[in-house]
Amino acid sequence: MSEKKLMKGNEAIAEAAIRGGCRYFFGYPITPQNEIPEYMSWRLYEVGGSFVQSESEVAAINMVYGAAGAGARAMTSSSSPGISLKQEGISYIAGAEIPCVIVNMVRSGPGLGGIQPCQGDYFQAVKGGGHGDYKMLVFAPSTVQEAVDIIYTAFDKAEKYRIPVMILGDGMLGQIMEAVTLPEMIDVTKLPKHSWAADGTGVGEKRRIINSLYIQPDVLEEMNKKLYARYAEMSANEVKVETYKCDDAEIVITAYGSVARIAKSSVDILREKGVKAGLVRPVTVYPFPSETYLALAKKDCVKKFVCAELSMGQMIEDVKLATNMLKPVEFYGRSGGNVMSPEDIVDFVLKEGK
Amino acid sequence: MAVVFKKTKMLTDAHFHYCPGCTHGIAHRLVAEVLEEIGAEGHVVGIAPVGCAVFAYDYFNCDMMEAAHGRAPAVATGVKRTNPDNIVFAYQGDGDLASIGMAEIVHAATRGEKITVIFINNAIYGMTGGQMAPTTLIGQKTTTSIYGRDPAINGNPIRVCELLATLDGPSYIERVSLQDVKHVVAAKKAIKKAFTHQIEGKGFSLVEILSTCPTNWKMSPEQALNYVAEDMQKLFPLGVFKEIK
Repeated sequence: MSEKKLMKGNEAIAEAAIRGGCRYFFGYPITPQNEIPEYMSWRLYEVGGSFVQSESEVAAINMVYGAAGAGARAMTSSSSPGISLKQEGISYIAGAEIPCVIVNMVRSGPGLGGIQPCQGDYFQAVKGGGHGDYKMLVFAPSTVQEAVDIIYTAFDKAEKYRIPVMILGDGMLGQIMEAVTLPEMIDVTKLPKHSWAADGTGVGEKRRIINSLYIQPDVLEEMNKKLYARYAEMSANEVKVETYKCDDAEIVITAYGSVARIAKSSVDILREKGVKAGLVRPVTVYPFPSETYLALAKKDCVKKFVCAELSMGQMIEDVKLATNMLKPVEFYGRSGGNVMSPEDIVDFVLKEGK
Repeated sequence: MAVVFKKTKMLTDAHFHYCPGCTHGIAHRLVAEVLEEIGAEGHVVGIAPVGCAVFAYDYFNCDMMEAAHGRAPAVATGVKRTNPDNIVFAYQGDGDLASIGMAEIVHAATRGEKITVIFINNAIYGMTGGQMAPTTLIGQKTTTSIYGRDPAINGNPIRVCELLATLDGPSYIERVSLQDVKHVVAAKKAIKKAFTHQIEGKGFSLVEILSTCPTNWKMSPEQALNYVAEDMQKLFPLGVFKEIK
């Protein structure tokens, strides 16, 4: 049965992951995502799963490699510096075609940075992060409910394409408390067994090898092409984007995650002031909803785009690429853990001219 | 005609890539024979390292995973937690286990993960061409300690069995050698005991195997065996370091 509850973002994400079939969690403490491992540490044992507080983020992602490689629904979560440590493992997971889910509750950087909300890990999440040619399916939910709904089906997506799926949140999404409707617990015993999983039963010709080593260049190139064909399929099927009041918009604000809900208020304030503003909110930041941007850029009524981020300017590069620079793309950002208000974006739009 | 020796079914027919005189092949055979003898077929997963044994997944005739450098105990932890009825083993070299993977081995051991680790100690990085390992002997020449390992410059070697035996999680830790037939027989017994500890759920088990690297030691196979017997064992004495009955 689905039920409505008031929950902190991190805890809601943990519960929804379990209801979506996650039974194995491996993680290391780091603010602002600690409620996820804390919740998993007792909850997984209620549902017959297992939790390990690992010795490091490096170990945690490799435990995910082992559990998910053995066929289980396994996940890890962390925040920016910890996600950096996991990049080697994520690359191996992508190379070995292991489905899993990774949550990044982004904090400010670089370095040890700070613990407040930030979006400075965009490049790392959508351009690769680890070594080699690979991609992840990256979701950027803007509310706790959306995060719950996304992570509930994240394992299905990961298994469909045999890829790592990342939930790109931030400290705000992790710490905010909101009313959420939790989905039903799926029956994990009814999940299909994976023919590729190294579950120990493999003998002789039928044994399974979980591996990303291809020492022959031609063989590895074929593997690279195979992965990219799958990413193309994923890009064709999984792009998710929300547009808000874009039909007659002259100023198109664009933002993802927590910033998008702030920007939505900015659009309403601007409309009240007589400025025809709209919002484009990518729900998937990889694959990027390029077609939506290009269609808007081609519209005569659209004068410019304003990209709002909690960074020094990262997604704006993809917005410029997607719009073919047919219209100007301006940037408004805060960083270091500072968060803009709806009025800040409004002021920027009004000051920069319509 | 009577069959006096038969290759175990837990090894594939793939040809080993190891150098002449290297004892990895013997270690593989012993592990595989033990897996057959304990009836592991059909419920066993092995974890291969990065290093000379990187292709171990081609040789062990069971489900295998290739881990990132040093991470085999973490991968094995994930596998064992998922399928506790599986026999899970990691096969690691000295650079993999005692250098880049020191955190993973120590914590898998102290958690008492019910896995078995086969630790090949040949005191050198073989695959990359003979660099100094965490277990390289004082005075031993390598490509990154060309005048011989000097503690003042290069630091001191690590004794893994002694270190792990201080922890509460391990149930069985033994160091063996492959220097001659007698020791090979003893090594097999130790490996079997380690896997038995895992099956009985006693805790973490590890067998360190003193091995040769004639290529990078720049010795003949026979000289290398003597080096194991005479030089390595001064620093790495054989024996049982922990055994919970």
